[in-house]
Amino acid sequence: MEHIVIIGNGISGVTLARHIRKLSEKKITIVSAETEYFFSRTALMYVYMGHMKFEHTQPYENWFWEKNRIDLKKGYVENVDVNSKILHFSNGETMPYDKLVIATGSKPNKFGWPGQDLDGVMGMYHKQDLENLEKYAPNKDICKRAVIVGGGLIGIELAEMLNSRSIPVTFLVRESSFWNGVLPEGESAMINRHIRNHHIDLRLSTNLREIKSDGNGKVKSVVIEETGEEIQCDVVGLTAGVSPNIDFLKDSEIETGRGVKVNRYLETNIPDVYAIGDCAEQREAIGNRRPIEAVWYTGRMMGETLAQTICGNRMQYKPGHWFNSAKFMDIEYQTYGWVFGSKGQPDHEEHFHWKHKDDTKCITVAFDKNTNEFLGINTFGIRMRHETFDKWLTEKRDMDYVMNHLAEANFDPEFYSRFEKEILAAYNNQLQIV
Amino acid sequence: MSLARPDALDITTKQKVALGIGIVGLFILALALFNTDFANQGLFLTLALGFIVSGTAIYSRSAYLNKLEGIKNDGQWFKSISSRGFWGWAAGIILTTFYIILYFYPQYLGLGKDGAENTGLISLFDPLSQLLAGRNASQWFVYGTLYTIAILAFGYKFILKYRHNRYQKIRTVSVMFFQLGFAFLIPEFMYVMNNDLPYYDLKSIWPLNYYIFDEWSVKGFLSNGNIGLALILFGILSIFVITPILTYKYGKRWYCSWVCGCGGLAETAGDPFRHLSSKKLSAWKLERWLIHLVLVFSVVMTTAMVYTYLGYDSNDFWLTRGVFITLVIVFLTMIFAGVMYFKRQELGKDAKYGAIGFFVVIALLLIMHFTGTTNELFYVKAGNLRSVYGIYIGSIFSGVIGTGFYPILGSRAWCRFGCPMAAILGFQQRLFSKFRITTNGGQCISCGNCSNSCEMGIDVRHYAQKGENIVRSSCVGCGICAAVCPRGVLKLENDSMKGRINPTEVLLGNDVDLMALVNQK
Repeated sequence: MEHIVIIGNGISGVTLARHIRKLSEKKITIVSAETEYFFSRTALMYVYMGHMKFEHTQPYENWFWEKNRIDLKKGYVENVDVNSKILHFSNGETMPYDKLVIATGSKPNKFGWPGQDLDGVMGMYHKQDLENLEKYAPNKDICKRAVIVGGGLIGIELAEMLNSRSIPVTFLVRESSFWNGVLPEGESAMINRHIRNHHIDLRLSTNLREIKSDGNGKVKSVVIEETGEEIQCDVVGLTAGVSPNIDFLKDSEIETGRGVKVNRYLETNIPDVYAIGDCAEQREAIGNRRPIEAVWYTGRMMGETLAQTICGNRMQYKPGHWFNSAKFMDIEYQTYGWVFGSKGQPDHEEHFHWKHKDDTKCITVAFDKNTNEFLGINTFGIRMRHETFDKWLTEKRDMDYVMNHLAEANFDPEFYSRFEKEILAAYNNQLQIV
Repeated sequence: MSLARPDALDITTKQKVALGIGIVGLFILALALFNTDFANQGLFLTLALGFIVSGTAIYSRSAYLNKLEGIKNDGQWFKSISSRGFWGWAAGIILTTFYIILYFYPQYLGLGKDGAENTGLISLFDPLSQLLAGRNASQWFVYGTLYTIAILAFGYKFILKYRHNRYQKIRTVSVMFFQLGFAFLIPEFMYVMNNDLPYYDLKSIWPLNYYIFDEWSVKGFLSNGNIGLALILFGILSIFVITPILTYKYGKRWYCSWVCGCGGLAETAGDPFRHLSSKKLSAWKLERWLIHLVLVFSVVMTTAMVYTYLGYDSNDFWLTRGVFITLVIVFLTMIFAGVMYFKRQELGKDAKYGAIGFFVVIALLLIMHFTGTTNELFYVKAGNLRSVYGIYIGSIFSGVIGTGFYPILGSRAWCRFGCPMAAILGFQQRLFSKFRITTNGGQCISCGNCSNSCEMGIDVRHYAQKGENIVRSSCVGCGICAAVCPRGVLKLENDSMKGRINPTEVLLGNDVDLMALVNQK
């Protein structure tokens, strides 16, 4: 029986294993050094905040794996011998495979800051990071202040986590406005205000120079690059993005760039070795997508796709229309199609922006100024229906159609105030001005 | 993993004062319980209830109003009271004890037996009862008052907690209204207008109010002319006409989380415990056996109860025992045959269990008919059947376990495992209703907030992460899963029956060819 070994028990690897099991009777082993069972990484924050316990982040009960004959192996793969098809573990054990899938995800970026390996300095990605945070920031007496470096999705989540235990937070963001490499200005500015409304000390256009030690190997303070200001703190969160977690492949013959290089079939340069999820790097980017997509949904889709290939129906990874979501403290964010921030915005892309007066809801709709084709929407504080936008993008609807039918896409709970009329009026008004 | 108790969960000075005020209110009730003689009972009752309500209100305002609107679940798994810690168990034991005394030893609450004056706690409530209905209080009046106070005070707290969510606010106002008006005030006023009428909470529907079909009750209604007859007819219409229509249109939520008193308490006072319900598959299996057993029991018991006081001779009254039993069997058979014919595919394996349940009921009814006498059914005294149901289901299951165990089993243990009304509504919700919780394409990140906060123990994530709508008989439509979802994935909806149940393997957002290949059925 063919033995499929998957390194990594995140959403990509687990989705793959489940789908292989549905399609075949192959022997499946999932290897992980992080945890015994699959858990939802996106939910780690809720454990620290006390909304859930760690076991609630596990989407499947523990009996699920044995029942579906998916073997789980806890161990750290140190080295992959692709010629004899054997994995070598750090404890000396070995495991043969017939097909190997690398789904090891990401690790937090560190940019060589002085002091970045001190105690109390951590990312927020692995379960071990959560345990670390629990150790160094259990409450506001032990952690009198935390500094977060890097204004992205994980950074703002870490800020929310620390805030839930009344720990004062200083949030250093390199950009001039929160996440404005991705978000258009109006949205980014609204999130800046929302962060500050939560009493978080948000410092924009601010870089980290160094992290200082207390002399015993623990963090004492950070120094700001621009001003030289020293901020006393007990915890430093490094959340300046993530990169593929593939150091263990250095000495293997598997070709890597930033991530594991794969073709559209998610195949590496070595036969019978594949890579999916955050650690896979497309040789050529797909559409507007980045070569490395460190997103929950893309990991899942790669798992769904590769299961077909491994079970005999060789299939390209061809994701549909882009979508994503996040939550910034109390404000939910969804995006369908492409809406660029000022950074990557193509010339033909124009935006319509509407913001509610309560400063917690807004939308930005992108369209082609030449053809008036609808390109994508960012929505904050208003839930929208994935299916509807997916359909409109496929049908290449124009901007007027989308604006006039926005109500069909609403996904807010019943009895919520609706804003479609106000939005349409603003849209029509803007057209008249132009 | 060990999690130290975080400091942010400490309560503020203002909250401590509020707690103190509430405890003083409870203390007055405790003093009354131990027979302290209050000179002015009306004054002290007002003080006690006033302190409890205002303490809760001040505490809640301090807890929520100084924070931005949003989900307020910080620390719920750290706090002792809401995570089966010391205070959780203590509260559970105190509540359970209260229910045992209330149901089985009301004399310890001060109930005057055989016309004697009330003493203790119950006598403290005499002035209020006199004011409303012109009679002295009973243990049920005391219980009803405290129950209503709890729904009102904690309902206010819930509204503040979810003040960003209009669905939650409106729903909570609704349960507060139905408890105060329909369960508490109207029955008292009805008593004032016509004190021969049996107690009737208009929003209570068979099989919850099985007792209205007791012989004394039916006679009580029928001896009161048109109003009594109207009430009996309303009771029958409620279950056979009104309930199916509303459940078809809105799902069982129209009752369970908008009207029902048990649901009302669970949604308000029980809210801090909702996450404690078990989401294990084994709990779901137990639930399905238990709740349907109770339903079978209640159907057989009610039929038997009515049966005992019907006659044999159609010259006295057209509805004889034979006619009645035939009607019941024909009705059940029609439902069974209809479901099997139209919904067999949807039921899958459950069809077998449904068939077993049906034939057991029919067999029981026939055995009853051919072995029963005026005094005996199933070879036991007819009245015993009714009392067994009353004690074990009506009192112990719904009260002692259902509410007393809030801090241990979560807030809806009765609704989930025992309520026969929920079983009927759920059966219909699963098969003939426009209601579902829609999953928003491929947006689920499997975080588990939805499952965690489901008071009915539904593993919502199991469906959401597959892009599948949630159509479960137990769902009471409280809407909290949709509220806590950080990615806007869930929406309670009434839409067409077609495509309501939509299992998918590959989710929206992937290659359309792959979706078409894998999702074809």
